[in-house]
Amino acid sequence: MTLMKHELRQGRISFAVWTGAIAALLVICLLVFPEMKGEMETVSHLFAAMGSFAAAFGMDRLNFGSLTGFYAIECGNVIGLGGAFFAALAGVSILSKEEGEGTAEFLLAHPVSRARVVTEKLAAVLLQIAAMNLIVLVASLLSICAIGEAIPWRELLLMHFACFLLQIELAAVCFGISAFLRRGGFGVGLGIATVLYFLNLISNMSEKLKFLKYVTPFGYCEGADIIANGGLDARLVMIGMLFAALGVAAAYRNYCCKDIL
Amino acid sequence: MDAIRIDNLTKYYGASRRRTRGIEQVSLTVAQGEFCGFIGPNGAGKSTTIRTLLGLIRPTEGSVQVLGLDIGKDREKILAQTGYLPSEVMFYPGMRVRDVLKLSADLRRKDCRREAAALCERLQLDDSRKVRELSFGNRKKAAIVCALQHEPELLILDEPTSGLDPLMQREFFEILREKNRAGTTVFLSSHVLSEVQRNCTRAAVIREGRIIACDSVEALSHSSAKRVTVRGQIRTDSLDGVRDLQEVPEGCSFLYSGGMKELLAVLASGEVHDLSISEPDLEEIFMHFYSRKH
Repeated sequence: MTLMKHELRQGRISFAVWTGAIAALLVICLLVFPEMKGEMETVSHLFAAMGSFAAAFGMDRLNFGSLTGFYAIECGNVIGLGGAFFAALAGVSILSKEEGEGTAEFLLAHPVSRARVVTEKLAAVLLQIAAMNLIVLVASLLSICAIGEAIPWRELLLMHFACFLLQIELAAVCFGISAFLRRGGFGVGLGIATVLYFLNLISNMSEKLKFLKYVTPFGYCEGADIIANGGLDARLVMIGMLFAALGVAAAYRNYCCKDIL
Repeated sequence: MDAIRIDNLTKYYGASRRRTRGIEQVSLTVAQGEFCGFIGPNGAGKSTTIRTLLGLIRPTEGSVQVLGLDIGKDREKILAQTGYLPSEVMFYPGMRVRDVLKLSADLRRKDCRREAAALCERLQLDDSRKVRELSFGNRKKAAIVCALQHEPELLILDEPTSGLDPLMQREFFEILREKNRAGTTVFLSSHVLSEVQRNCTRAAVIREGRIIACDSVEALSHSSAKRVTVRGQIRTDSLDGVRDLQEVPEGCSFLYSGGMKELLAVLASGEVHDLSISEPDLEEIFMHFYSRKH
């Protein structure tokens, strides 16, 4: 576990900044909810009339005036997008940075197998993601208590769980890509997270492009669907986890036999 | 048992059509307890050979055995007994020297604090400093401690003295000699020939990815080429085996690897006021190997 602890220490500032930023934005959103609650009754009708733009964000199917509706849109986007960026960046750089920063030679001259390097680095990424989600969830629950609203346990936990799975999938796919890169790859990570986010928006806007939900993990994070169905779309989740498994397998396969230049 | 045994090692980089040569048909053995130099200019294939020894890159052809084990199958066992000093030292940002040394020891699952402290003292390295604040020379010292603190059986050192001041170089080689006397095998790559000549018992010369000479330093220095310096006038154009012909005050100097009879005939027919025929130093041998057309 030496390498995992080392990675957690190396990534502690990035972890603190992303977790702090996401939790703070979430708390701010929730703290302003009571003020916006009254106005949202009319705004919800307005959103419903905005056609495909509102559909893109699932606003046509949610009541912005209720905590669950508000949480699914405002907070869902903060956790979904913020968490996706964090997960993608953590995954895409963790293997490639060693070669980019010239530390691979130092690390791999020690008696550690490449498979152990991959395993411990993957564990560090997953642990960071789990810790971030736990902190954000606690911040969210405390904020809801602070504004005096009842906690919609089932919907809230499902939305957080969906975001956690999304981050796992993105981190695993980016982790696989990281094994093929020789430099940090921050642009690749941000690019993948952004493209997948927009693919989900596009799939919400057009019936013909609904199939894109099978590609993007944001598809099973759609707050409107989770609230309406009372659960996650198991088929989309399974496809997502398959992508994640492929990413991890690619990382092991390539990193264990690549030349360290 | 040989500490290092390389047989017909070939490494090409890149895809098959655009591949570039790293090394070709390199064969080399280093006996246990030996202090062996590996000489060659930049790009000759020294680092490729060393990286293959450590399992950082996979050979295209050939085999590598280190401490009697195959690098492809027993990489971790080999590295547990090997200390490596890279030519370009890079550490993780934000760490202190002591954290780097501890990380290195932890990755080896060994407590190396006593040896690390002793080495830091000898090399005058402050282990409380952050690695990003260190000069190149001090980073090199930290890497030396990392390579030595676990008291390995084999030391592989890639251009070890670059960045070290002369006093530190002397202390470093003193440490290496002590380790070598205690049984550690030292394999050291360098293009500073004088340090190979002073410290190594044997040396291999690599040129354009191929080993072109491998012998004891003494034998290499006594190769057939002699440095001939003449004060006076002679005609060298009839001689075969003249290289590195230079004009010196009132005469000429050249490396000669032809027959002595022919040389004596040319000297006798010329006007010679003073003559010196000496063994060339390793630097000249090196140039001799590198200027030779194959």
